Amino acid sequence: MSTLDKEKSLAALRQMMVIRDFEETADKLCLRGKVPGGMHNSSGQEAAAVGVMSALAPDDVIATTHRSHHHTLAKGFTPKSVMAELFAKSTGVSGGRGGSMHLAGVERGHFGGNGIVGAGVGIAMGAALGIQVLKDKKVSVGFVGDGGMNTGRTWEAINMAVIYKLPFIIICDNNQYAVETFVGRVTGGGDLAKRASGFGLPSFNINGQDVEEVYKYTAEARERALAGEGPTFINAVTYRYYGHNVGEKGQYRTQEEIAEWRTSKDPIDYFTGVVLERKFATQQEIDDMRASVRTEIDEAVAFAESSPEPAISTITQGVDSGKLGIQL
Amino acid sequence: MSTDTTVKANATPTYSEAFQSGVREEMTRNKGIFILGTDLQERGGHFAQVKGIAQEFGFDRVKDSPISEAAMVAAGMGSAMYGCHPIIDLNFIDFSLGAMDEIINQAAKIRFMFNKPVPLVIRATSGIALGGAHHCNSLESFFAHTAGLSLAVPSTPMDVKGLIKTALRNEDPVIFLMHKKLSGIRGEIKGDDYFVPFGKAATIKPGKDAVIISYGYSVVTANKAAQALEAEGISVEVIDLRTLYPLDTDAINAAVQKFGRVVVVDEAPLFGSITAEIAATATEANFGSLKGPIVRVGAARAPLSANPAMSEAAIPSVDSISAAVKKVMKY
Ligand SMILES: Cc1ncc(C[n+]2csc(CCOP(=O)(O)OP(=O)(O)O)c2C)c(N)n1
Ligand SMILES: [Mg+2]
Repeated sequence: MSTLDKEKSLAALRQMMVIRDFEETADKLCLRGKVPGGMHNSSGQEAAAVGVMSALAPDDVIATTHRSHHHTLAKGFTPKSVMAELFAKSTGVSGGRGGSMHLAGVERGHFGGNGIVGAGVGIAMGAALGIQVLKDKKVSVGFVGDGGMNTGRTWEAINMAVIYKLPFIIICDNNQYAVETFVGRVTGGGDLAKRASGFGLPSFNINGQDVEEVYKYTAEARERALAGEGPTFINAVTYRYYGHNVGEKGQYRTQEEIAEWRTSKDPIDYFTGVVLERKFATQQEIDDMRASVRTEIDEAVAFAESSPEPAISTITQGVDSGKLGIQL
Repeated sequence: MSTDTTVKANATPTYSEAFQSGVREEMTRNKGIFILGTDLQERGGHFAQVKGIAQEFGFDRVKDSPISEAAMVAAGMGSAMYGCHPIIDLNFIDFSLGAMDEIINQAAKIRFMFNKPVPLVIRATSGIALGGAHHCNSLESFFAHTAGLSLAVPSTPMDVKGLIKTALRNEDPVIFLMHKKLSGIRGEIKGDDYFVPFGKAATIKPGKDAVIISYGYSVVTANKAAQALEAEGISVEVIDLRTLYPLDTDAINAAVQKFGRVVVVDEAPLFGSITAEIAATATEANFGSLKGPIVRVGAARAPLSANPAMSEAAIPSVDSISAAVKKVMKY
């Protein structure tokens, strides 16, 4: 359980490439006005998303944040359906109603991105409670940013997961900034795993740039959860390469800092090295993989571009069932 | 008296700069005023509403907060009871929902129960623009419904400045809503001694045949509709309420009595909205003056979509407002 086998390694590497290419492509399209309302780019954070998902079963549940393209793609949603949602088209994962911040597929275990910081953790915790009540063999994962570590609702959910011993994993997708605010400026005590451990659950600070390390800690957490041992907190330290919203630059961090993370800690470069070293693939195969990813993302853009808009006549549809008051 | 020097004499300031200007003047005057919210010190807030203030007044008076809305409002409330006059900047009004207990159960009720004023301004950006379901809630009626809260909804730079200055001289909790789509609009502002009272509407455009009563960004849309109707020979007056509580019932009553043909517009879903309150109150007081029912224009009963066309279709437009005016003109 501590390493990824050949098949999983290649799948993880490809998935990280998909996310990177998707984000860089979407970022440019967003600057051209193709993504109504803007988007939050997750470039740099691929390993934390893919590592977690590599350890989950397909029908495990996740709920996430405003920055969730990477989680959604890693969960197995196609670039086409995610890109179409960014374009707010009817073929998107949320039918064009949600947009970049509200990617979901509840039937497939994706309980949604969220516009409200910390809200995904509570929803995922509730799903874990549902799993426990219905005695299913699944786990639920709640993603939250470092900024979301300071909102009360996050900790209310964690406490509840602990006291009910829920099959729950909290992943802090810690890219070290909340908009322009460095985590160290607003996080009392500094050490997030230490903070979480005060709530009485196994808590770890890990390298979120190493997909295998993320996989390992998540897999172990999943084992504990399935064994009825309750939740785990994982603080995966990572880095976002772009601004908080597309197009934002800001003076809050140095270009040197960004360059350092990009050049010496990039999760895709790092894991490409691992794959080559273990001889899971040749350089040629990796180049081919990258080219096939490029094609897939191009196809996703074409699909999103050519998809129809949702019908205006649907704006009030689906708000409620309309069935209350009907005799059963 | 200090006069704000940061807004250049010949450039008309933006809506956000007007806020800065009013806050600067009041901060100079009152040492107890401080601002607390996310990303304020360097970024100056998401809409540049406090840009440069931290550099001028120091980081003790412009504080960056963790994303902890309940604690933000609680901090504002406790410090206000203690003697400060904080501005709590919640960024988007949608995030007030995580602090609703602090606002509605606590801040709004302390004066009544404990005879202690809570001089607190809660500033947030509101209204409908792109951003989807979690960033486009119209919560005006929640706040206006709550005894103990006042609610400012300025539509011009002049009123932003005049109202924030009044709020900062007032001793009650004020919800100060600044519309997303107005952040960049420019307009004249006045100097240090100009205050806009709460509960005093403004006539944006005079008219002869009918009246549109509105606030916030809807004033802009209503004004466009009124200009378009002018070309069709219908002369419409447009009234901007500027504050929703206190509400300028005198201005509303006078307009209803004068025209008898009344349209009320805002961006909130119609059911239970502030437009219902206005229509009901105006009808009760002026039934005999009305030539027919007051017509309300508001949003669909639905969350807002990320899709721009769906979002636009859900809220009032120049066309839907014009249609409402034509309806009252038929009476
Ligand atoms: C309750 C709430 N407060 C404030 C915001 C505004 N906001 C959106 S994202 C964000 C920063 C979040 O930082 P973090 O949790 O670290 O996530 P990241 O953006 O880094 O992925 C803020 C303050 C919000 N969406 N919800
Ligand atoms: Mg962050």
